[in-house]
Amino acid sequence: MRRAALAIGALALLGWPWAAPPYFVFLASLIVVNAIVAIGLNLLSGYTNQLSFGHAGFLAVGAYTAAIVATRWPGVPVVAPLLAAALVTALVGLALGIPCLRLEGLYLAMATLAFGFVVVEAILNLDWLTRGNDGLRVPVAHLGSWALAGDRERYYLVLPVGAAMVWAALNLARTRTGRALLAIRESEIAAQASGVHVARYRALAFVVSALYTGVAGGLFAFVVGFLSPDAFDVFLSVDFVAMIIVGGLGSVPGSVVGAAVLTVLHDSLAGFQNYRPLIFGAILIASMLFMPGGIASAFRFLKGDRV
Amino acid sequence: MEAALEIHDLAVYYGKRRAVEGVSLTVGRGEIVTLLGANGSGKSTTLRAISGLVRPARGRILYDGRDITKTPADRIVAAGVSHVPEGRDVFPEFTVLENLLVGGHTVARGEMDERLEGAFRLFPVLRERRLQLAGTLSGGEQQMLAIARALMTRPRLLLLDEPSLGLAPMLAREIFRTIRTINEDGVAVLLVEQNARRALRLAARGYVLETGRVVVEGTSRRLGEDPRVRSAYLGLAKGAAGPFMNRPA
Repeated sequence: MRRAALAIGALALLGWPWAAPPYFVFLASLIVVNAIVAIGLNLLSGYTNQLSFGHAGFLAVGAYTAAIVATRWPGVPVVAPLLAAALVTALVGLALGIPCLRLEGLYLAMATLAFGFVVVEAILNLDWLTRGNDGLRVPVAHLGSWALAGDRERYYLVLPVGAAMVWAALNLARTRTGRALLAIRESEIAAQASGVHVARYRALAFVVSALYTGVAGGLFAFVVGFLSPDAFDVFLSVDFVAMIIVGGLGSVPGSVVGAAVLTVLHDSLAGFQNYRPLIFGAILIASMLFMPGGIASAFRFLKGDRV
Repeated sequence: MEAALEIHDLAVYYGKRRAVEGVSLTVGRGEIVTLLGANGSGKSTTLRAISGLVRPARGRILYDGRDITKTPADRIVAAGVSHVPEGRDVFPEFTVLENLLVGGHTVARGEMDERLEGAFRLFPVLRERRLQLAGTLSGGEQQMLAIARALMTRPRLLLLDEPSLGLAPMLAREIFRTIRTINEDGVAVLLVEQNARRALRLAARGYVLETGRVVVEGTSRRLGEDPRVRSAYLGLAKGAAGPFMNRPA
């Protein structure tokens, strides 16, 4: 039953580019990218209670890294810029995570918020590398002799990467590391008393979260084909937070659903650009008030599980 | 007797508040020692300092003769000191099994099955409930789980913080019986307990803390006869005796 549902879902995802118009294929790619960010953010915020309002910054680091690598070495297999994006962003995550270990709650939120601003400023000022405000054109991704020039091809790049990252995140909870992370959220004292090195795991959560977001950034660069600093503003960070709150803190499927809902909503509200923060704010408040566990908990409730 | 735990002149401050001020105590190998005292007298803080959850401002803590005063909590656990925190601090959204696995965080993979088996032998009810969420267990079962989780590392010294708090008398008795069983395997126990009568029956020696200092210490027998202990913690008026006068402390 479960296997059948998974197979049908996989087929639907694989067949999507042939059933939907190109724009919706692009939108699906964007959903996958956002889902990866949401999972990454959830590993940090949902698993270890460290709320970040700076994930647009990590996304930017990943996106620019991938774009720069792909520009410097034209024709390099797309794996290389993606790996570079993952690595560089993870290092940035480590550099931010360690000083942030001493911060909690509001102060951590402020520090990560500031990080987001710093990244945008850095992009603007390093214009020899990033072309600053002019924006950076991202070359077409290559996989061997195959150029991923269309929305459909790019979708087939994004989808397997996204699937692998969903799979890894789902399995993390079953590893010693994942359990230690979740234990910190459940009870920091008890986790510490069980021999979990809390600071080390908190820092690790930052690194893994940044790594996820960096990969998403790399994919984002190829999907949209053009990067400019204003795409990575603070509202994007808030959108990511909204995704995991609407989807469900600490839930991998919730992250995916939250990313899908918010991305589609974003797209359908494009005509009301000015009211976007208002509408998203209202959604955030409503889901925190009426659905504190997010969509994931609503599913669990429907399935009859204890929440 | 070689000491499992020696504390010299321990002081712990939370900001400016003095939680513990100059506590010295020892726990012999394989001995059960109890810490008595009112709420806020520094009992829990003393345990937290031993297991590295709070940093002492002053003093030395020796475990098996080694100075662990500045050792991080995870290394103290690995060295053989396990702490069962106050309030049955289980991971509520984890299953019983997952709770035990986190308890074995510092345990080598190959040993895990054997350790789990040991926990289930000690508390058979946990085996039945191993896939149940810990938050849905009864209070007594949660306390058993908290103890079983702490035993996953095969500690030589077990720190127990109010294991009978909020439990029905029958369950409390069972927990105390289990503590004795654990101790009979050679595990030294430092027990913080509100129920002074029960604690003194189990422990060989005890210390009474008041506002962060040791005010009385001695064998359980001596403490049981000490007029201050009798009036303050055993609920007995000076000179009054006999089981019919007992009120819960």
